[in-house]
Amino acid sequence: MNWITNYVRPRINSIFSRREVPENLWTKCDECGTMLFHRELAENLNVCTHCDHHMGITPRARFEALFDGGIFVDVKVPAPIADPLHFKDQKKYPDRMKAAQKKTGEKEAMLVAEGEIGRTPVICAAQDFSFMGGSMGMYVGNAIIAAAQRAVDLKRPLILFSAAGGARMQEGILSLMQMPRTTVAIQMLKEANLPYIVVLTHPTTGGVTASYAMLGDVQIAEPNALICFAGPRVIEQTIREKLPEGFQRAEYLLDHGMLDRVTSRTKMREELIGIVRMLMGLPPAITGELPKPDDMPAIEKPKNTPSK
Amino acid sequence: MTQYLNFEKPLAEIEGKAEELRAMARQNEEMDVEQEAKALDKKASDLLVELYKSLTPWRKCQVARHPERPHCQDYISALFTEFTPLAGDRNFAEDDAVMGGLARFNDQPVMVIGHEKGNDTKSRIERNFGMARPEGYRKAIRLMEMADKFGLPIITLVDTPGAYPGKGAEERGQSEAIARSTEKCLQVRVPLISVVIGEGGSGGAVAFATANRVAMLEHSVYSVISPEGCASILWKDAEKMREAAEALRLTAQDLAQLGVNDRIIREPMGGAHRDRDAAIKSVGAAISEMLAELAKLSGDKLVQQRRKKFLDLGSKGLAA
Ligand SMILES: [Zn+2]
Repeated sequence: MNWITNYVRPRINSIFSRREVPENLWTKCDECGTMLFHRELAENLNVCTHCDHHMGITPRARFEALFDGGIFVDVKVPAPIADPLHFKDQKKYPDRMKAAQKKTGEKEAMLVAEGEIGRTPVICAAQDFSFMGGSMGMYVGNAIIAAAQRAVDLKRPLILFSAAGGARMQEGILSLMQMPRTTVAIQMLKEANLPYIVVLTHPTTGGVTASYAMLGDVQIAEPNALICFAGPRVIEQTIREKLPEGFQRAEYLLDHGMLDRVTSRTKMREELIGIVRMLMGLPPAITGELPKPDDMPAIEKPKNTPSK
Repeated sequence: MTQYLNFEKPLAEIEGKAEELRAMARQNEEMDVEQEAKALDKKASDLLVELYKSLTPWRKCQVARHPERPHCQDYISALFTEFTPLAGDRNFAEDDAVMGGLARFNDQPVMVIGHEKGNDTKSRIERNFGMARPEGYRKAIRLMEMADKFGLPIITLVDTPGAYPGKGAEERGQSEAIARSTEKCLQVRVPLISVVIGEGGSGGAVAFATANRVAMLEHSVYSVISPEGCASILWKDAEKMREAAEALRLTAQDLAQLGVNDRIIREPMGGAHRDRDAAIKSVGAAISEMLAELAKLSGDKLVQQRRKKFLDLGSKGLAA
């Protein structure tokens, strides 16, 4: 990755003005308790170097590691009507939104980007669990439709990373209606014979699982991800019995025939490149050092750079 | 005997008194209570109008769940002829929470599919209270495919608290089954119309209601989550279901404003359970009109119309 590390990286870093990770901070693995060097953990994609536990990762961090040289351009997502129901629980919905935006530096719970992985042009969408539990509302629906549309326009595969507690209750029925809406988007891809790969990450539950997250040509999950329609607590209350160990986890679903693969995040990029290239009828990916491209890709400042 | 809902208690008292008076008169021929009883009747019917004129969303939920409300089976036996139930998903099991089969509607062959909650303890358990397992959705997919193949319009009747949250249901792919059923709804090249007759519970309802035309009965509800579930998550208190029902905008009237349902079918005064025949007749008339609206559309047009309908949803919010 010579030309990338030497040439593109510094430029990208300056353009994206990433939040610098402090050198001297430690994070405790929530699974095994090991203290992990912050930077080391980030470089390992938030996977514990000690026990392989997969912690949450933001769409932006994921994309920076996934796309060649960390280069990607945000795909524009049409903004939906804000607070269509004037929803108020203990807090007003617009206040909850503002708090989530401030916390994450993102506009909404899904990021869509275009770029190349292993020199393979793709569209990627990733759901942000740290933004109101990744919940699926109008914006997430619009994001998936925009991603599918862009994939069809450019004849590229779509890779979608799901992570959500379910539908966004504050948008009521309109959140539920994202189930058919996103299904229409996936049908557009299928009619264009373009691969749709779903990577289910922890957790993917509720209406999200019961729509676009279960309709992939290939279904991959990250290890130990909780994937379900009804959550374990609801089921335990309904059937009044303890659920078996590992119930509704990625490996359990794999055993029950609901997934194609369970793949570690650190191996995911390579695997996605391989699958996508085979499905697109492309020659094997170049491994090792990438040759310098004929023309350097135009680097644009993405429109949705997070406000700081 | 009518089962009264909590908010109907004052009504129960008045109607009870009138009934009592008449019973006494039957025992004692000298007594003339008719005038008094009639006055009570009048009072009761005035109160009924008053109560139902502006039902709160939570009260609508209770009406929608009323045990005597006509269910899928009642509509099928009254509105369709030659109903021929078709069973099984061909993979694992038959799911009695979902009824489906060939039938004739005004002599026209159709496929009818719906959730059935059951009407007494035994049948409720058999029907799993209308909560389908993956096999129910997979049976529906199979029937929709058959209808598509033979050019039969599909009519779905939605009445479910939601898909069943069970261990086996999850292991056998509840999410995938619902996702595929919604997908199938969007693919069929025949008219697909859906009537929410009681409860439209979340994904379990979407799997049948992704239709060219969606009608809702006046006091039916359709929601992303039950008011109780929403209250326990957002209010951390399941007893706040009234507030949650209000906030969720789950009534046929609010949903029509959002473009979710194309029409509202009027119910008899006091709800469908007070005059089941009249309610069923209204639903029949609505189905017949909706079928007529779609009769001339080609397969392509039907698919396009359905897709556009759902893609466009959310372009209008509720008025402030
Ligand atoms: Zn660890």
